[in-house]
Amino acid sequence: MTDPRWPLVVRALACLSLDPQALGGLHLRARAGPVRDAVVNRLIRDLPAPLRLPADLPEDLLAPGIDLTASLQHGRLVRRDGLLARYRSLILPMAERVAPGLAARLGQALDRGRHSFVALDEGDEGERPPVALLDRLAMTLDLDGLRLAEMPMLETYSDWDAITEETAIETLSALSLTLGIGSLRRLGLALRLARVSAQVDGRDTLVQADLSFAIATALLPHATRMPAPEEEEAPPPPEPETDAAQSDTQPDTGLPDGDVLLEAALALLPPDVLQRLATGTVARAQGTGAGARRKGNRRGRPLPARPGRMDGRARIDLIATLRAAAPWQRLRGGGPGQRLRLRSADIHLKRSETRSDRLVIFAVDASGSAAFARLAEVKGAVELLLAEAYARRDHVALVAFRGEGAELLLPPTRSLLRTKRHLSGLPGGGGTPLAAGLRAALDLGLQARGRGMDPAVVVLTDGRPNIALSGTASRSEAGADAQAMARALRTQGMTALIIDTGNRPTPALATLAQTMDAPYLPLPRADAKAVSKTVAAAL
Amino acid sequence: MTAFPFTAIVGQDEMKTAMILTAVDPGIGGVLVFGDRGTGKSTAVRALSGLLPPLQIVQGCPVNSALVADVPDWAAVPDPVITSGPTPVVDLPLGVTEDRVTGALDIEKALTKGERAFEPGLLARANRGYLYIDEINLLEDHIVDLLLDVAQSGENVVEREGLSIRHPARFVLVGSGNPEEGELRPQLLDRFGLSVEVASPNTVAERVAVIRARDTFERDKEAFATACEADQLALRARIVAARDRLGKVEAPDAVLEDCAALCIALGSDGVRGELTLLRTARALAAFEGAEVAGRNHIRRVAPMSLRHRLRRDPLDEAGSTIRVTRALEEVLA
Repeated sequence: MTDPRWPLVVRALACLSLDPQALGGLHLRARAGPVRDAVVNRLIRDLPAPLRLPADLPEDLLAPGIDLTASLQHGRLVRRDGLLARYRSLILPMAERVAPGLAARLGQALDRGRHSFVALDEGDEGERPPVALLDRLAMTLDLDGLRLAEMPMLETYSDWDAITEETAIETLSALSLTLGIGSLRRLGLALRLARVSAQVDGRDTLVQADLSFAIATALLPHATRMPAPEEEEAPPPPEPETDAAQSDTQPDTGLPDGDVLLEAALALLPPDVLQRLATGTVARAQGTGAGARRKGNRRGRPLPARPGRMDGRARIDLIATLRAAAPWQRLRGGGPGQRLRLRSADIHLKRSETRSDRLVIFAVDASGSAAFARLAEVKGAVELLLAEAYARRDHVALVAFRGEGAELLLPPTRSLLRTKRHLSGLPGGGGTPLAAGLRAALDLGLQARGRGMDPAVVVLTDGRPNIALSGTASRSEAGADAQAMARALRTQGMTALIIDTGNRPTPALATLAQTMDAPYLPLPRADAKAVSKTVAAAL
Repeated sequence: MTAFPFTAIVGQDEMKTAMILTAVDPGIGGVLVFGDRGTGKSTAVRALSGLLPPLQIVQGCPVNSALVADVPDWAAVPDPVITSGPTPVVDLPLGVTEDRVTGALDIEKALTKGERAFEPGLLARANRGYLYIDEINLLEDHIVDLLLDVAQSGENVVEREGLSIRHPARFVLVGSGNPEEGELRPQLLDRFGLSVEVASPNTVAERVAVIRARDTFERDKEAFATACEADQLALRARIVAARDRLGKVEAPDAVLEDCAALCIALGSDGVRGELTLLRTARALAAFEGAEVAGRNHIRRVAPMSLRHRLRRDPLDEAGSTIRVTRALEEVLA
């Protein structure tokens, strides 16, 4: 059977081709492959003046300016138009790595309403294009798992019930509240999408299917929560994002056909998408992954100048540039008393090595043994540590392990508000899956390193692992697994620190710290302040 | 491009008030708007240009001078004519270089004519108007520092690449951002005059109103602008009248004492809080046609003038508004 997402994809492409500027564009989640190629090729064919950008676009190419390299070469001023002036549609590969500055500029271009962008997103779980960009693209499509051979023709929505504009506006408003969508821009885009969808079929009135389509592609992918499910097959979110302020914002009942339309929209999506929505792994506003960048040109320890191109951001190292040009003056027809002859190849840029952002990953033991003894104290300590991390402009992340496994409570962030909220909601109880906690911290650390951060892991536990990686309750197996994970941490060269929060020091934990090559801090009676002080000294 | 009319913005009253007050008294020192995405922060800023009375500007002057005599000598304006133009609202993009902000050596002239000329930057263009930074919390620290220095001194000093230039740069700084994506350093927060928090409307009715207004606007911008014109003109007239009245608004000693008592109760550092509070209260009084700034004015502007100046525990969860309100109740009971 054809994947139920295919008709949505086909309609979305038709909509974008029909009115690309009104819709702003498309967020396309897909791995490179034949399906993505087919979709992108089709867009390149149908969009006005499309350009596929290189992944490492220098930002200044977007805006008009002087082409210094060409100017030097020709000996006269050469101007170039910015790419935004020449191309109305841009295809952005690796959009999940787009730097926040570029995203903001692209966002501003979209606000002027003359462009449309296709953001190709190959990000892993948790990796997303910057929200500043996503929030302005009407549609999100996920192509993973689709088969090219099954690509259908466009179906027209001819025999559906017509609805009024008024109903459409009210339904979208109510649904956006139910789905926890803050941005009102999304609402406007969804309404436009429904209208373009009607135009695709040559109608000038909306039908229910237009609205369902708009909900499925413009609203649902941005949902931060799902309405309470009716059957047991969709379990309620285990850790609801709703706080007190939000929970009383459930829409007034009596909205016209809203639930029916939501159901219709949900029916268009495959069940696993719902599952992911429910467990909260779908797009959220997050910190930005700006990609691995360690060599900057502005701050930090100076490095030797390197030949390079002027891209508007780098600074010229004048002395090095002159030095590079000097030997060639005679050959270039210069010489004493003559004007200096510079070529673009002479240009040297200043460079410096920036220290990458630090990420402190807290792996907190929330098991029964720890919970009853010291969880409150540990929370206090983590809060103090967070406050210090804030002062140092570190990023922080929070992993908790209890019961059968570990979970990432908080992806790397600098927002203390979020951290505090997540921490206070940290429940205690259950077994101690130490190995799972270490593994989660390691995975997160490696991911962060890939994005140019410098991770450090702080483990707070009372050190009585009793749940193995496999999830079985076996003390010996759990201990062995923890040792294995500790070795893995050391092999990866992860900075780490173990804080023993037990009532008295656990020798096994000291051994584990040795394996990990990490400092071990037994803190039998420490209060939160002492923990914080010790960690600050050790990291 | 026709901007969305200011008076047609649904809700977000605190943000609108803050912006109107800075229009009445640009000396208040900028507005910081923090809150959710897509809540109309940029819309409100861009709408200002259409709301404010047109400025008399020397045509072609890079720093928007009002008088021919004020045109800086480095700016070659061959045939100066004074025209009337909208208040400039300049966008400062993220990732902008220092050169583009402050201005720098004009490479074109340097290359083609061998001349050492100054190419003005965004600060020049924003003179006498507004400078808007979206996502200010993502802007690099050194650029923010630079902006705040210039905003405070009202002058842009460029000493680079053999240039030595200074020009007036008086503008209202408006920053917006989303706190989920990182916070501003406390010392920067303190330099903004006012700060407001915006949230997405959480009733269906409000959302419907917002979306309907936006939709009507997009379908026919001209017609929508015409429909709002009367309101816009009325608000503009009130702002102009308030500007005239501002110098005459009195602030009795009792009001100064209230300001001081409030700031002491809140433990805000320095006297910047008091000064802003007073200035904003006076602007509000002027806007509402009062001759004397009183307690009721202070009460209404205290949250926006003080909430970002409290010495705060970084983990205190958005409690600053509550703290200000509580202090208001105690001090101004």
